[in-house]
Amino acid sequence: MQRIGVFVCHCGSNIAATVDVKKVVEMVKTEPGVIHAEDYQYMCSEAGQAKIIEAVKEHKLNGLVVCSCSPRMHEATFRKCAERAGINPYMVEIANIREHCSWIHKDMDEATEKAVILARAAIAKVNLNAPLQAGESGVVKRALVIGGGIAGIQTALDIADAGFPVDIVEKEPSIGGRMSQLDKTFPTLDCSACILTPKMVEAAAHPNITIHTYSEVENVSGFVGNFTVEIRKKARSIDMDKCTGCGLCQEKCPMKKTPSEFNRGLGNRSAIYTPFAQAIPNVPVIDRNACLKFKTGKCGICSTVCAAGAIDYTQVDTMVTEKYGAIVVATGFDMIKLDKYDEYAYSQSKDVITSLELERVMNAAGPTKGHLERLSDGKAPKEIVFIQCVGSRCADGRGKGYCSKICCMYTAKHAMLIRDKYPDVNVTVFYIDVRTPGKNFDEFYRRAVENYGVNYVKGQVGKVIPQPDGKLLVQGVDLIDNKQILKEADMVVLAAAIEPNPDVRKIATMLTASIDNDNFLTEAHAKLRPVESPTAGIFLSGVCQGPKDIPETVAQAGAAAVKAIGLLAKDKLMTNPCTAKSDELLCNGCSKCANVCPYGAISYEVKEINDHGIRETRRVAQVNNALCQGCGACTVACPSGAMDLQGFSNRQIIAEVDAICR
Amino acid sequence: MQKIVERAKELLADGTVNRVLGWKKGDMCFNPEPAFFETAEDLDENFVYGGFCGANLSKYMIDASKLEGKTLVLLKPCDTYSFNQLINEHRVDREKAYIIGVGCKGKLNIETIKQSGVKGILNITENGDMLNIETLYGNTEMKYSDALLERCHVCKGKEHKIYDELIGESQDTSDRERFAEVEKIEKMSPEEKFAFFQKELSKCIRCNACRNVCPACSCRKCVFDSTKFDSSQKANTDSFEEKMFHIIRAFHVAGRCTDCGECSRVCPQGIPLHLFNRKFIKDINEFYGEYQAGADVDAKGPLTEYTFGDCEPSIVKERG
Amino acid sequence: MPINKEFKPKIVAFCCNWCSYAGADLAGSSRLAYPADVKIIKVPCSCRVNPMFILRAFEKGADGVIMCGCHPGDCHYSTGNYYARRRMTLLFSMLDYMGVENGRTRVEWVSAAEGVKFSTTMNEFVEKIYSLGENVRLGDLRCKK
Repeated sequence: MQRIGVFVCHCGSNIAATVDVKKVVEMVKTEPGVIHAEDYQYMCSEAGQAKIIEAVKEHKLNGLVVCSCSPRMHEATFRKCAERAGINPYMVEIANIREHCSWIHKDMDEATEKAVILARAAIAKVNLNAPLQAGESGVVKRALVIGGGIAGIQTALDIADAGFPVDIVEKEPSIGGRMSQLDKTFPTLDCSACILTPKMVEAAAHPNITIHTYSEVENVSGFVGNFTVEIRKKARSIDMDKCTGCGLCQEKCPMKKTPSEFNRGLGNRSAIYTPFAQAIPNVPVIDRNACLKFKTGKCGICSTVCAAGAIDYTQVDTMVTEKYGAIVVATGFDMIKLDKYDEYAYSQSKDVITSLELERVMNAAGPTKGHLERLSDGKAPKEIVFIQCVGSRCADGRGKGYCSKICCMYTAKHAMLIRDKYPDVNVTVFYIDVRTPGKNFDEFYRRAVENYGVNYVKGQVGKVIPQPDGKLLVQGVDLIDNKQILKEADMVVLAAAIEPNPDVRKIATMLTASIDNDNFLTEAHAKLRPVESPTAGIFLSGVCQGPKDIPETVAQAGAAAVKAIGLLAKDKLMTNPCTAKSDELLCNGCSKCANVCPYGAISYEVKEINDHGIRETRRVAQVNNALCQGCGACTVACPSGAMDLQGFSNRQIIAEVDAICR
Repeated sequence: MQKIVERAKELLADGTVNRVLGWKKGDMCFNPEPAFFETAEDLDENFVYGGFCGANLSKYMIDASKLEGKTLVLLKPCDTYSFNQLINEHRVDREKAYIIGVGCKGKLNIETIKQSGVKGILNITENGDMLNIETLYGNTEMKYSDALLERCHVCKGKEHKIYDELIGESQDTSDRERFAEVEKIEKMSPEEKFAFFQKELSKCIRCNACRNVCPACSCRKCVFDSTKFDSSQKANTDSFEEKMFHIIRAFHVAGRCTDCGECSRVCPQGIPLHLFNRKFIKDINEFYGEYQAGADVDAKGPLTEYTFGDCEPSIVKERG
Repeated sequence: MPINKEFKPKIVAFCCNWCSYAGADLAGSSRLAYPADVKIIKVPCSCRVNPMFILRAFEKGADGVIMCGCHPGDCHYSTGNYYARRRMTLLFSMLDYMGVENGRTRVEWVSAAEGVKFSTTMNEFVEKIYSLGENVRLGDLRCKK
């Protein structure tokens, strides 16, 4: 039996106005284990805490129940107080008699009765509490950034500048991500490549940054401060050390008919290729599915022309295993597939394109060398229609429920750029709402309307019908004038919704980072911890967390870096002692617990057990305290009750149940 | 049966196995019991395999897995599901077992025979599709298929899910809808349901036979014997375990129970305990897709898996 | 069976620390009242709730048990509420099958931001329990008392 002190807080009048605190003190005095009970105006104040410490000394208490506000407010305060009084901090339980009682009840008798019951439950629990010790674990002073777009690059640069080594893993042959595909950026119309390339170069040259391109994370184990990650470096078929990046191989390659991923399939590339001119590293890869040498064994021209002798057809995938203290996810986004939106004739007409495809069309390095032309016949368009929210803010389940956030602004940008360069082209934008929250954003949009004469129509397009003459008949509705619109266009641009990179779910599973229904990674707190995953040591950078434009992405990337640096700067981490614990004598070794553990914290060991004198070799569960986050899923999966959760044990919770139902 | 004995003797003799897990004759023809045999003589003298060998031997392999050398275990088709489930849960060691899948044409329920009005049974012999019953009051006969255990009427099929070799022919004896009884109860009013279960469970004497025979109830220490939940039956007065035993037991084996029917077979009070397990199985099938515990040795099991779109608990209310 | 006293139901609410417990705090700080019959037990995650706790509550005289967790997809531990959902679905189905009124059990997903939902849910649940009256069935399953 413990020696318990109960401390009832008035919280000024917050509690005392509805709960008869004196009565609570009297009622709990007869509870088993209670040695002392008192009330005070503000238990959390210095004076209140001094009373607790004094009572501990005087009555030799070893357990405390504080009847006060929510444990979310002051549990930490009272645990520290207990520590100062010489008691284990986990011998403290809080009865929440403010948020869960005094604030919601008006009748004094009723509230007082409930407060007594809540106090009893806490007392019953403390009677079964055991002192717990937070463990310590070390921190590997190296960070991993998954994804080498602007988010990943910025995070890596910031971490590297703080003096910690960082590895970037990028699945494409070059870093740069989506931003490298953009032509101009809003709201200042900077050339995207001009502002991105210097950052790419800086990352490549940084002594603290190692870049693994054409690589993927294959497995993650471990826990905050000590992750072990296996990275698959896909066979490039080029010796990175020998290649000089001269580009002759690409020029001579006879297989030039592979759709270019970088140009969104609008142009072709060779089988040996670098995705774009400013690629980093400037080392090509051989697409083995397209290469004649790999397909037929004949060819080998690239090898013949390569003066450096860098071509290596025999390369195989290699695995790199590295330890990291922190992992930043920066996997970015892609456009949704448009197969469910066939009313817009995307699959039927080459002149219906997505906004990202338009970026490539407008770009000097793109398939049309920057000339605005119809992809079907190369003619200059005179009438362009933009359709907003294709798959965004979708209520019918075909697309995404969320707003993709960037489309209103980039469409204003596109419209403005077209009207600026080709004043004779008419631009019409069909929209649901125009959303421009952001610094200088609304001004930007208004310029498009007021200075550039872009025709904005509030309303949606029902159908785009390709005509025999090559034109596109757009059937829409103008909600303001309340009329049907039929418009012949030469080009239609769809603002397709963005969605998280499809690979992110796999990565989230490996990292046990939570992910929402739309495949965006969940933050630890929507408001107060927006760049941290609830899984300790995992940080979120860029669109993997939610739709963002470039300025927001860069800001968040920096914030994620700061959080990672804050972790890497520590030498030791305190672990949560409320972890699962297996009783070896009861364990069946059945693996049910390991099946439900989201952290891979449970492993099995075959060991000799001395079960009341019977020595037996058994398979028993072992919990890694540094990995276990204390959810308790295993405790219910365990049929024998061998697995229990410290701080929330079966007996503790049952004691609370019994106390409440008494 | 002779084939089994011969083969068992061979395997004992050539050292493949150290012992045989089978059934030995009881004091009556209808109560053979599980037993280990270590010698050919013992097999010749005591081994039996027949219609009353309903006992599922899988669970005995938990202990046998700890013994030196391999054990020859005889499994009927439905027993192999239990064995697989035990492999899945790392309770038995596949390497320690030499499995002979024995033929089964359904197992007999002595209670069914007695309930048909036959009294003073002295001996029962199988004769093709018929049973010849010798009683104190003369001889009578009964169709084999009329004396089957409940579980054989919902037979899982004649296929052995795991074995090293097979001896004998098996038959699929299912002739009833597996979930018909459960559905009948589901259709009752709450009052009728409650009355039904109260009547059945009131018979329980807490002898633990169901728990002891169940291959899924194989915990080293049952929660009802441990102090971990304050649910111990030490003082046989704890009303919690008294009242909740069968619900908790059914829940603990939910998703792991192969529906082998041993619980109902051994209950001395004749409580249809399989109605609990089968209700869970029916729900699991309906809510999470068809699942047969023990069919796949690597399955995670429905309670340690999930999908995002799983039904909500409110479905219980919605179904009414 | 006591029939003379005024019915004061005993209701146990298991609340996840990361969502509904905080939701209850928000209900409190927003002064969104619900009956004092509800007593909350904090658990780290809905997946910590063992069906045995619920049966225990009923056996000890609870008239209703409600469990609140994070919305599917939002579990702090990624997957806990999915397991909890399956466990509770099966348990509730079994209780219903045994003739225990299915209104006595409930699962509701309440986030930390949903103080209003927490309060509304509790009000509804308590009302339901009042309409069902005292829980006798689970206490009397084996005619022992």
